[in-house]
Amino acid sequence: MLMDKALIPDGVRRSPFPVFAAWLLVLFALIGWGVYAGAVVLLKALNVTGLNDYFGFGFYITIDLGIIALGAGAFFSGFLFYGMSRFFPSLKELYKIINLAVVVGFVCYTGALAVLLLEIGQPLRGWFGYWHANVHSMLTEVIFCISCYAIVLVIEIVPIVLENRKLDAIRPLHVFGHSLHEIMAIFALTGTFLSFFHQGSLGGVAGVLFGRPFAYRTGFFIWPWTFFLFILSAIASGPAFTALICRAIEKVSRKQLVDRSVYDLIAKIVAGFLTIYIILKIIDTLYWALDLAPGFGFKLTDFYHPPYGMWLLITEILICGVIPVIILLIPQARQRNGLLFTAFALDCIGVLINRFVMTIQALAAPVMPFDSWQVYIPTMYEVAPGIAMLAYCALIISLAYRYTPLFPREKELNPIH
Amino acid sequence: MAIDLDKCTGCMACSVACQAENNISFRTDESNKLRSITWMELFYLENGKEFPDYQYVYLPRPCMHCNSPHHSPCTFVCPVNATVRDEQTGIVDHIYPRCIGCRYCMVACPYHARDFNWWDPSWPKPMETMLSPKVSTRMRGVVEKCSFCHHRLNDARAKAYLDGTEMKDVTYMPACAEACPTKAISFGNLLDPHSEVAKLAKDQRAFRILAKLNTEPKVYYLSSHQWVQNLADNSL
Repeated sequence: MLMDKALIPDGVRRSPFPVFAAWLLVLFALIGWGVYAGAVVLLKALNVTGLNDYFGFGFYITIDLGIIALGAGAFFSGFLFYGMSRFFPSLKELYKIINLAVVVGFVCYTGALAVLLLEIGQPLRGWFGYWHANVHSMLTEVIFCISCYAIVLVIEIVPIVLENRKLDAIRPLHVFGHSLHEIMAIFALTGTFLSFFHQGSLGGVAGVLFGRPFAYRTGFFIWPWTFFLFILSAIASGPAFTALICRAIEKVSRKQLVDRSVYDLIAKIVAGFLTIYIILKIIDTLYWALDLAPGFGFKLTDFYHPPYGMWLLITEILICGVIPVIILLIPQARQRNGLLFTAFALDCIGVLINRFVMTIQALAAPVMPFDSWQVYIPTMYEVAPGIAMLAYCALIISLAYRYTPLFPREKELNPIH
Repeated sequence: MAIDLDKCTGCMACSVACQAENNISFRTDESNKLRSITWMELFYLENGKEFPDYQYVYLPRPCMHCNSPHHSPCTFVCPVNATVRDEQTGIVDHIYPRCIGCRYCMVACPYHARDFNWWDPSWPKPMETMLSPKVSTRMRGVVEKCSFCHHRLNDARAKAYLDGTEMKDVTYMPACAEACPTKAISFGNLLDPHSEVAKLAKDQRAFRILAKLNTEPKVYYLSSHQWVQNLADNSL
């Protein structure tokens, strides 16, 4: 307990250690459940999952695509803060939340990597992706970008960890951390480049499947339109997710951690990019439904069948796309916290639905006319590692919040009298 | 390959021959057909009409060995080059020891011609001794598919080498075509205009499955029923 106190940053208040320990126990229990399920998958193989020859991709891929899109707040906030703030000084405001964005990005990417290990049938051959790389495969682009960007995120998170009071007191570590801070812009921009490609190639994974008219899109050069739509949707939802996490920490800790102006700025950024994204998404959907799919002999209704009905399309584009755009574009609406965070949440849900339909529904829809619709139901062995990954994210964020000065303005906003 | 659906009785001899020839494993419980490994799968097509107009046909479906430009749908997505198209023979092969089991190729194939090894391969006791030494068994966690009995091509080439005949003149017969009692399956070189299969491909009854997707399948079907031809491709 003394150790815990010694590690807490100066001038801030944290919950009593027993409360924090109880929270950690809950998280460890969930992680333990996921690790057990993961171990069973590795030992007994993927037959314990709900996957089959029709659903080659399932829950693992969906949650990976979703969490990586939501973790995009790290690279995009980094890009705006380190890259663009010299041209647009108002973006310097992001300094107040950039540490959290980096931690969220780190946990999202490392968590996704861990789940990816379970997804492949021969995990011990995972390194073949580097050794026998097929330059034509979008998955190769994914493998390279995700691992390189995860390394960049590790480098980006090191200075945050080294800001811990006890670690900072060790001179070599202080100097090392400070030096990393100085050159962080280079890593942030490298990460931006990698993550742009990574988000895009995840979209490309679906978009290049010319045997799957639900997912297939034409595009620019080698990149299908889904490549660009995935980047845009990640940019439009990542910062919103970071803001939601920040708000959740504020609610749990009952403290204000960032100025309202930070949320306002994120709302404007998200509003702009979500508007662009949703307009392009609607154009893409119309082009797909009216031109591309009919060229393959399909009409729009061929792609929707219960439980994967048209409601998914309406929810994704109208409820979780157009509505948050309207809320965020109206200054009076985004001033109200309830509406603002509802818009952020809808934005994130919309992107998750997008990743779901591009993975699961794309496979559920039969392509051969004499084939049938199939329904995919994940098993506990898929859900548990997914929940464990979320628990891992919560664990790292909790530790980072408790033991490092994650929010630079926390002290001023919450003075201890 | 050309498959005459007018001749097919649905006896599944092709499928059985394929299973035996290619050491395809099976389990005691095969109730989940979405996890069965079947390189030559039989589909049951109906015209959707009531008696007495009701009609049906059987459609055997091997791998289509797609000939789409540059790459087949499955080959260009594989991150580790585990599945490749031999541009000389046109056969799409799968290298099992290199496959990481990501299943992206299965996702890419609109014909469901690829199967994943969800379990360790196993055979009932006496059958283990009957496995063909010419075809490697597949380990769990990798994808497998019809190879057009590629090992038979290798055998034919080896024989041609010993006989001193031209490699390009080598012909062979996959197990499914050999086993078909009605000779519904023809196999040969589509590029040779004098071959039987090339002539059948140009037959008025010939069609391909999902031709609109531009996958350019190398398996042609023949049927005198217009509804069967219509059912082969999506049509608005």
